[in-house]
Amino acid sequence: MINPRPADSLDKGAGASAPAVYRVRNLRKTFARHSVTALENTSFDLPRGSFTAVIGASGCGKSTLLKIMAGLVSPSEGSVMLAGKPVLGTRSDIGMMFQHAVLLPWKTTIENILMPIEIQRGKSAAKAKRADAEALMDLVGLKGFEDAYPSGGMQQRASICRMLITEPEILLLDEPFSALDELVREHMNMELQRICLARQATAFLITHSIPEAVLLSDTIFVMGSRPGRILEEVKIDLPRPRTLDMMLEPRFAELVAYIRNRLDLGVNHGN
Amino acid sequence: MAIEVTRAPASVALAEEFPSTVWKEEDSLIDRIPRPVAIVGLGLAIVAIWHFVTMSGVINAIILPTPAMVWTQIATVGLNLATGGYMLAALWITAQEVLIGFVIAAVLGTALGTLVGETKFGARAVMPYLVAIDTMPKIAFAPLFVAWLGFGLESKIALATFVSVFPIIVGTASGLQAAEENAHMLFRTMGASRLQSLLKMKFPFGLPQIFTGLKIAALSVMAGAITAEFLGGGKGFGELIRVAASQLDTARVFALIIYLSLVGLTMYGAVMLAERKIVFWQRRQSSE
Repeated sequence: MINPRPADSLDKGAGASAPAVYRVRNLRKTFARHSVTALENTSFDLPRGSFTAVIGASGCGKSTLLKIMAGLVSPSEGSVMLAGKPVLGTRSDIGMMFQHAVLLPWKTTIENILMPIEIQRGKSAAKAKRADAEALMDLVGLKGFEDAYPSGGMQQRASICRMLITEPEILLLDEPFSALDELVREHMNMELQRICLARQATAFLITHSIPEAVLLSDTIFVMGSRPGRILEEVKIDLPRPRTLDMMLEPRFAELVAYIRNRLDLGVNHGN
Repeated sequence: MAIEVTRAPASVALAEEFPSTVWKEEDSLIDRIPRPVAIVGLGLAIVAIWHFVTMSGVINAIILPTPAMVWTQIATVGLNLATGGYMLAALWITAQEVLIGFVIAAVLGTALGTLVGETKFGARAVMPYLVAIDTMPKIAFAPLFVAWLGFGLESKIALATFVSVFPIIVGTASGLQAAEENAHMLFRTMGASRLQSLLKMKFPFGLPQIFTGLKIAALSVMAGAITAEFLGGGKGFGELIRVAASQLDTARVFALIIYLSLVGLTMYGAVMLAERKIVFWQRRQSSE
């Protein structure tokens, strides 16, 4: 029932509905100091507006892949093209979220959200964008907390707004919800889907949660370790928009079970 | 299939077989003494022991004066200070040395700490030299400073700066490493320049550690100034102590030291107050 697409089908135009915004070819990353190959033979396209999740055991090179895509570290070999231009450093059309919200505790919530604008275009430009920030805060349920200092539960929501304030076309998400409790996490998942659909954003999510990956993604990359590489690309054929109720459907359970099985294989046999 | 649900009972009367298991989780007796009582009580106990030791005649009053003798000297010195006598002028000289020394140490320390904490060159090349100098007995440099800068304020300020600058360097250097890796990545993805990352992220995240360095410096800067006064003369409080000691007036030495410690306390308090004001988010976070 589930047909993983073999990785060598790239460049054959198989099933590509939207033009690719990210094009990744033959990435390899070795860390000389530990003589470890973190990533090998990694090639894929991300169509515009698609949602892709990466799942795999710790140390399979997920974070390395994300950092290379973000232009935070250089690959040892290979090519990353974003919107037709080579990625040779960080770029303003990328928004990122991390496991920790990393808000600046000396700034109010709205000042934190406007931080990318302040960095790129100065304080007065940030002030001028205040209405946009307020609209974003409204979107994630932070209305009324503009001038409060960010506290526990609000932090990850504020960091979503901070990512979106520059209207990035690409969202790179490094386990953004893994520190949240289950109910909040599900709510945030739904928020994220709504934002991605509304903005036609291309999202790339690293997660440890198989249900989260299935719930949000069009495609899931299952990664194996030593060396880190993509073992399979699994198409998630659930209709959009996804709802939390879909998690109860047999197809959802089937997809989760399939991916869990692939991960187990990766762990037990290194394949 | 129906889901079986049982409602939790509101309240149940305790039966014989269920004795109350409420138990005390309080601290032991000594930890329950409130802070003001603990401070005053310990102080009084020390003075009382001191009093009885000196009254018993075991120790000569020239070696260890009685609390009453010290108290008289505290009053005498206090009166001289309050009426603007020569002691006030001496205290002002020492206070100047301490203040200027501290300000120079703060500026120099954060600058060197930034060099060490922000650049690889600083960490690789500058830090080893700083560590080497820090291991030297810095007080021993006093004669050198006197030889280089003379018997005026300058040599005292120099030694005060020299003994207090290292904790600020270390605090700044380690403070700049305090921000987590995600914060660095975040600022890079936002397109921040190195200077922007330093000023808007690394430095503020490091402020608590920088202030730790400043507080240690505020406590040691006085030792530098007084040592330099002992060895380099001048008209400061250190000279008053030296003269009183040479006259075997130990009660006065004690009194002078107590007034000096008040200056030190004021310095420390000022730095703490500045920390509360500037690192205002720290208390909020620790209370969360």
